[in-house]
Amino acid sequence: MPEPIVLISNLSYAYPSSSGPGRLALKSIDLSVEKGEIFGFLGPNGSGKTTLFRILSTYFLPEAGQIRVLGLEMRRHIQEIRRNIGVVFQYPSLDLKLTASENLRHQGHLYGLYGGLLTQRMARLLDLLELSERSGERIENFSGGMRRRLEIAKCLLHRPQMLLLDEPSTGLDPGARRNLWSLLKNLNQNEGVTILLTTHLMEEADQLDRIALLNHGQLVKVDAPAALKKTIGGDVVRISASEAASSSLLTDIRAKFGGEPVLLDGLIHLEIKNGHQFIPQLVEAFPGRIEAVSLGKPTLEDVFIHYTGQAFWEKTGQA
Amino acid sequence: MRTYFLAVYTLWQREVVRFFRQKSRVIGAVAPPLVFWFLIGSGLDSSFHVAPSSGGLDYFRFFFPGTVLLIVLFTSIFSTISIIEDRREGFLQSVLVAPIPRSSLVLGDTLGGTTIAMLQGAAFMLLSPAAGIHFTPYSFALTVLFLFLTSFSLTALGFILAWQLDSVQGFHAIMNLLLMPMWLLSGALFPVEGSPLWLHRMMQVNPLTYGIDGLRHGFYMTGTQHSLRLFPLSDCLAAVCLFGAATFVGALWVSGRR
Repeated sequence: MPEPIVLISNLSYAYPSSSGPGRLALKSIDLSVEKGEIFGFLGPNGSGKTTLFRILSTYFLPEAGQIRVLGLEMRRHIQEIRRNIGVVFQYPSLDLKLTASENLRHQGHLYGLYGGLLTQRMARLLDLLELSERSGERIENFSGGMRRRLEIAKCLLHRPQMLLLDEPSTGLDPGARRNLWSLLKNLNQNEGVTILLTTHLMEEADQLDRIALLNHGQLVKVDAPAALKKTIGGDVVRISASEAASSSLLTDIRAKFGGEPVLLDGLIHLEIKNGHQFIPQLVEAFPGRIEAVSLGKPTLEDVFIHYTGQAFWEKTGQA
Repeated sequence: MRTYFLAVYTLWQREVVRFFRQKSRVIGAVAPPLVFWFLIGSGLDSSFHVAPSSGGLDYFRFFFPGTVLLIVLFTSIFSTISIIEDRREGFLQSVLVAPIPRSSLVLGDTLGGTTIAMLQGAAFMLLSPAAGIHFTPYSFALTVLFLFLTSFSLTALGFILAWQLDSVQGFHAIMNLLLMPMWLLSGALFPVEGSPLWLHRMMQVNPLTYGIDGLRHGFYMTGTQHSLRLFPLSDCLAAVCLFGAATFVGALWVSGRR
């Protein structure tokens, strides 16, 4: 079996702070990504996924632990790795005062491309990303979707083997988001580009080959979305009651039906097999105490709750 | 090697092009010093008496090199300010993950800022006949050399400061607490001779004093105001080269740190 395109072992990272070592943003992460995968880091704000992105993109240097990208040890071969990866930042790394073409040209020069070859690749990418007509315009007039497309064009100029994207869907309307995804899938399938991205969107994570769930700087679980959902038994029932009664209801449900109900954001979540049979019994058992009940197949959000005991959207400090 | 200079060239070009696309920056760096020159010159001209040997030097002429230096200071320092915001959500992000040595980033950015500062300083120098300053080819070349050296040093100094700061506000504080006093104590506004001893000492260790003195060597070469030049030309040149080398090495050093 070939070496994975990304191999992370025992990686930790603390942001430097004036008073000694800062908060640990990543705690001994072990992870590998295979060549050709579309792989995502899913986690709420503050989970460490952006830190991990910055390290993999060579923006931050890893402190403790080992990272190998494309079979190369990161600290020793950083320039070689940089030549072979493309990095798409959440806030596009574009110069707003320059035109689309000028932005691409500068990027090409930074990767050692120039002259006819650069012009040719620029034209091809502007065409592919439907920016040809406005290539002579300054970026400050571009919409968020166009800026993102240009940012991706920039990162493809040097034909990277792996593309890293930080929250690529942020600020895009649904149409632009769909276009972005068809482009990424196309690159992945036809050009064999490995794609690594961070996201906090469940529907986005659902489309990936595999995802790594991150929480408070720790790796919670890595698997395919379907497999992760399968680890939850059967169905998820969500029960709402009046605010004051929620916690006593939770205790009573646990006493009567067992399982591990969790109270999050005013909703009681309960993973259970054959939810459709359970709901009538539940409503019968607590007449008048339940306001609403819903039944669903587990989502990635339920997976997150299952493994962390926390709601995904809980406020957890900075990103 | 070729790719190294391609990176330097492209970063230099980007600095210069984006500068000219921001009209407020073009005007902002020249207009305030011009107003200073006119207002301070008008106000102080009548009460300004330097050594009699200076032969009727008026304040407009005295303050002219200082105004050029102020333009250079504003332009070169503010050209580096974009580093602060660019790092979080702008162009700099992609430069930092590009396969280029950090030194090419420092060199490209510094030369870009230097070019802009020199062009702004040179634009103001078009007014020199109005201040009674005339050039020979040699004195002009000497002036441009000092213009280059001071622009380069101050841009590199701006790079060192901007690289380590997280907010533009912090930069303004440093501008007011460090850079403006450096300019005030360079002999730009008042002559070094005749000032109290402690001030005299501070001015002697201020690298900008040598920058101003060097500019005066060029500006006054054809006049009679020799007494205003404190140091021999070679000393000025050595001091300003040293300042440039030190700030550039400092910029290289900080750029490797984050």
